[in-house]
Amino acid sequence: MIQAPELGPPPLQLGEEWRRLHPLSPLVRVGAGLAAVLVFFATSLGRPTSPGTSSFPILLWLATAAIGLIFGVVSWIVTRWRIHGGDLQIEMGLIRRQSFRVPLARIQAVDVVAPLTARLLGLAEVRVVSAGRGLERGRLAYVSAAEAPMLRAQLLALAHGLDAETPEPQAQQLLAVANVRLGVGLVLRPHLLVPMALVVVLAVTGLGVSAHTADIVGVDFGLALVLIALATIGRAFNDDYAFTISEAGDGVRLDRGLLQRRHETIPYGRIQAIRWVQPLLWRPFGWCRLEVDVARQHVARHGDRDAKQVARRLMPIASVDEAAWLISRVMPGVRAVPPLAAMCPPRARLKAPFSYHFLAAWYDDRYMCARTGRFQAATVMVPLDKIQSVRRERGPVQRWLRLATVHIDTAGHRWQASARCRDDGEADSLMWTMAELSRHARLREPVVAHSA
Amino acid sequence: MTLQPISAKFWLARQTVLGVGALPLVLLAIVLDIALGGVAGVVAVVAVAVAIASAWLIERGRYRSWGYAERDADLIVQRGLMIHKLSVVPYGRMQFIDVVAGPVDRLFGLATVQLHTAAAATDARIPGLLRADADQLRDRLAAVGESRATGL
Repeated sequence: MIQAPELGPPPLQLGEEWRRLHPLSPLVRVGAGLAAVLVFFATSLGRPTSPGTSSFPILLWLATAAIGLIFGVVSWIVTRWRIHGGDLQIEMGLIRRQSFRVPLARIQAVDVVAPLTARLLGLAEVRVVSAGRGLERGRLAYVSAAEAPMLRAQLLALAHGLDAETPEPQAQQLLAVANVRLGVGLVLRPHLLVPMALVVVLAVTGLGVSAHTADIVGVDFGLALVLIALATIGRAFNDDYAFTISEAGDGVRLDRGLLQRRHETIPYGRIQAIRWVQPLLWRPFGWCRLEVDVARQHVARHGDRDAKQVARRLMPIASVDEAAWLISRVMPGVRAVPPLAAMCPPRARLKAPFSYHFLAAWYDDRYMCARTGRFQAATVMVPLDKIQSVRRERGPVQRWLRLATVHIDTAGHRWQASARCRDDGEADSLMWTMAELSRHARLREPVVAHSA
Repeated sequence: MTLQPISAKFWLARQTVLGVGALPLVLLAIVLDIALGGVAGVVAVVAVAVAIASAWLIERGRYRSWGYAERDADLIVQRGLMIHKLSVVPYGRMQFIDVVAGPVDRLFGLATVQLHTAAAATDARIPGLLRADADQLRDRLAAVGESRATGL
């Protein structure tokens, strides 16, 4: 558990001198593999084995682990970091020496991530997310768990142009997700239900043909899909377990995770867009989910999985009221529910028969919002000053129906506010208005800061 | 708003590529005509002719659909034959600008100007500009982009 440093050791000194990562870091890096070897070793010790057959793989595993450990130690020795001249500098690599500089002024967020092995050893990783490319250059893996929150506070203070010793603003908890609700919600996702339905359908239709269930073609395949879906759901549950969202003066803080605890920061000014999703099966319960997009583009292709995860869950599951309240906290004044005039013209039913009922687009002087979706309603809300470009598209059917689609692009890979199937004239005026409004919104200096 | 067309050389380049691509088809048609003879041979020739003609028409439509305009605050790029696409990219949002010239482009002295914003979805690409025009456009865009640049 990562906690605010109230009674911790004396604050860490941010000098100009180079510092090393925590000496136990290499152990965490090979920790998972080492644990597997130990378990394997322990289980094989218990039962009598004929010599020569099973000791070889164990030795091989041990050798691999030892080599991994040596590499880890070497990489620990050659890695050092410091905060100097407004930059976070990290130097690493024995043969290919790499030196990274992350300008503190460009820091988007600072996360503290603690995988299970790191938690057991009392360590945590500090990740600096900057607007540049890639995540891996801003990773300090690992520092001690007590030091990590202090380091985060100092980096954030420096990023805001404050004195390094400025304490982190007090966070106030907004909402917490009940784990039961999270679990039920995840089970109700189509990821699991579709393969399960597939298995049932295959089994039922197959029973008429063949008497033996085991013979039925496709059931095995379906079961494999179910297992994969279960694994996915398990991971999502593990990721979002004990999810709490709190608010500090400069942004929201997210704490989540069962085995791997994460503490993430999302500064208000960096929010590019919010997406409000209401999955079909969640609607009877009045549940929905909120996602947020933070500017981090051109992520290295070989980067880790987290780096590709551009959008973050602002709220994995919540009631509609809670979501609406949270939206109003993060984007004050936004209208999350479409006004009646925002719906697309009735003739759009011909072009988009399955999504017609959701299609809507509306804007005011601060936000552009658009709702799309076939089975699940997804509303994307974009502050006007975050608009990157505006596109209009008209396919043959749309031209025949005098309709057009306008996409409002925001930074990042994930979403755009898409005003689908608007009336031709309206789409035109929407496009030019958006270009105009976004320009004015950007010129409005300074960017309107959120006041709690 | 009047859009500026792209260079006529682009059409020449596309036709050349099309012609080179169509050559094997033409040869095939001739071989088939000789080998099959009679009605079947004529059908083969007509089929190849129709395929080439429609490809030519599609390429021409695509070429004609391209257009761009430099406005006060943004760049406008239009394209697409079946799906009409129009992009508006504010100068202040441009992050970097590429000038790309492939082998065919170089043969005809052409280049493509590609704009990048922080959004991956932005697709503002102007192909078929004369090399000098492309460089000038890039320099103009870079200059105006710098003066209007805003943070994310």
